[in-house]
Amino acid sequence: MLTFEQLALAQEGFRLEADFSLSPGGITAIIGPSGAGKSTLLSAIAGFFPPASGRILWEGQDLAPLAPGARPVSILFQDQNLFPHLTIADNLGLGLRADLRLSGGERTKVAQALDRVGLSGLGDRKPGTLSGGQQSRAALARALLRARPLLLLDEPFAALGPALKAEMLDLVAEIAGETGTTVLMVSHDPADARRIAGQTILVAEGRTNPPEDTATLFAAPPAALASYLGT
Amino acid sequence: MARGAFEIVPRWPGAFALGLVMALVLGAFGAVLARAGALSGVTTADWAAARFTVMQAVLSALLSAGLAVPVARALARRRFPGRHLVIVALGAPFILPVIVAVMGLLTIFGRAGWLNAGLALLGLPKVSLYGLDGILLAHVFLNLPFAVRLLLNGWASVPAERFRLATALDFGPREVWRHVERPMLRAVLPGVTLAIFLVCLTSFTVILVMGGGPRATTLELAIYQAFRLEFDLGHAAALASLQMALSLAAAGLSLAVARPAAFGAGLGRVADRWDRTGRRLQIFDVTLLAATGLFIATPMIAVLASGLPWIAELPGSVWIAAGRTVIIALAAALIAVSLALATGLLITSLSARPARLLDAVVMLAMTASPLVIGTGLFLILRTFTDPIALALPVVTLVNAVMAMPFCLRVILPGLAALRTDYDRLSASLGVTGLDWIRLVALPRLRRPLAFASGLAAALSAGDLGVVALFADPGQATLPMQVYALAGAYRTDQAAGAAILLVLIAFGLFRLFDRLGDRDADL
Repeated sequence: MLTFEQLALAQEGFRLEADFSLSPGGITAIIGPSGAGKSTLLSAIAGFFPPASGRILWEGQDLAPLAPGARPVSILFQDQNLFPHLTIADNLGLGLRADLRLSGGERTKVAQALDRVGLSGLGDRKPGTLSGGQQSRAALARALLRARPLLLLDEPFAALGPALKAEMLDLVAEIAGETGTTVLMVSHDPADARRIAGQTILVAEGRTNPPEDTATLFAAPPAALASYLGT
Repeated sequence: MARGAFEIVPRWPGAFALGLVMALVLGAFGAVLARAGALSGVTTADWAAARFTVMQAVLSALLSAGLAVPVARALARRRFPGRHLVIVALGAPFILPVIVAVMGLLTIFGRAGWLNAGLALLGLPKVSLYGLDGILLAHVFLNLPFAVRLLLNGWASVPAERFRLATALDFGPREVWRHVERPMLRAVLPGVTLAIFLVCLTSFTVILVMGGGPRATTLELAIYQAFRLEFDLGHAAALASLQMALSLAAAGLSLAVARPAAFGAGLGRVADRWDRTGRRLQIFDVTLLAATGLFIATPMIAVLASGLPWIAELPGSVWIAAGRTVIIALAAALIAVSLALATGLLITSLSARPARLLDAVVMLAMTASPLVIGTGLFLILRTFTDPIALALPVVTLVNAVMAMPFCLRVILPGLAALRTDYDRLSASLGVTGLDWIRLVALPRLRRPLAFASGLAAALSAGDLGVVALFADPGQATLPMQVYALAGAYRTDQAAGAAILLVLIAFGLFRLFDRLGDRDADL
């Protein structure tokens, strides 16, 4: 269970509060106007943005003392998810061992992860030689290898075309379902939320609202969401 | 994103590197001041040396920067085959060992040089290159290309749109000068001039060969003479204090004047130029570029031509000195780049204001004179041990510290970009510390690191400063050998040794540069 305990994030001219819990498993969308702090919230969970006050807990454990790499979290950014000088296999290998000294068994796992996301045989290529969709798959495969209970998506598929994005979202849903991973995904597109997220968190006006059923929320949007959606 | 929320590499290596550099510089300063006492040992001749130091540096800077303006302007507005090659060649004098450059100039302009031979044929009197004339000629030779490259950066920084607008408004060269080029130069030229002034303020080799006597002695030369000829450490320390005061004053000046932003960056771009230039201007530009090319190339070619037949017949002592020089250069390069990388990592982990402050501190260390640091270290080491026995390690360390600010300039832009782009990914995967250095920093920064190593190695190989102060003939490096051979009028062997030195300096530079290019498919 992910808990925001009277959490407050602050930066010059910006403040965001959150105080609720998120039950494990399932996919939750985070939606709201740009600048509201959706990405900042993910950054705080991942350990890149120290809270002004309050705590973030996973299964009752405070995340504050943990370095980003030690948190029970995998994160996919908007871009720069792969090191361009490393092969795809090495990029994935970093998900298993940060020093990249992989055993034979670990190499097999890397190959299996590539198979799982449909990149069989591309392990020796550099990211630059792959298409945008393939790069997204590689980043997702690495998250699969890391096998952390929480997966944060900071709009990693935003640069993909609509069909490719939908494909990737479905792949995320499949993998999260198989592994029981809790997924939090930032999006500015309600269609993304409707497609795979069972529940949605609205971030607006300095507040993070507790999750609600996605269908219900969009059927009767509160004022802040309605003004964002333009309905 | 606020820095300091997470850590990729600890800050202590950077703090250690910076501490080492500052301890070396400030420790040497302190030792010099303590030994010098209250400047009572300063003679009238020393004050004259101080005045001459400033005077020659001012004249050298004004001449180099002033001449660089029309040359850079011509290069900026002309496109011709081999232009890129010319720009690359302009970088050569920067890593050319100074002693070799001076020998080349003497081959052309010296007492028995080509120029005087030509004048004699015409029945004209001989010209002499010793004294202020020779010093200025050498400083212009060494710094003009450097200034042209920095100014070209300035031209490259002018948005192409501005030249397009100038064309649309039917500007002639005069209007382009007034509305586009002059405002740019007003921003760039002071920094360039100051950079050359600082270099000439601590110039040693040029003065050692071209200067001397009551009318052309700088503080650096006076320190050397007090040290090696008079064996008067108190006098050397007093002179070093004067030189130090000059350096500090100049450093203060440099804080007030904007420095040239990038070192060697952005030279490839050629702005499209449509502004019309007449036939006469074209001839002017071409003549100017050709003359500059001749001035820069001829001395180098002259040394090569006169020394090449002798390279096989060099005595064994020269080859041993060459080996010593290579080892010192490699060690100094390794230390300089390590110090620069550690310092760069510290600087890029700080927020803007302290980062700028640290950067400025490093640049201040650059204005310190190697001979002052050498004198200070000698005074410190003398209390523990025989400094001469430690000559080569000390020379290596001082060379490294002197090259470190250049290396930092080369590495910093790439390092900053790397951290902005990949710190969060690295942190999220737990790739930190030595893993990060090995898997991310070294491969991603391979080009700038290799370039910085080459630069440091070449600079160190050609150095004749601290080594002249410390080392006895049994520990001579190749630049010392070249100087000794030339001083003993074994001109041919000196030229042969000079070629060897050029081969080493450029060879090391090229070697590192190639390492940086190897399968760098980023």
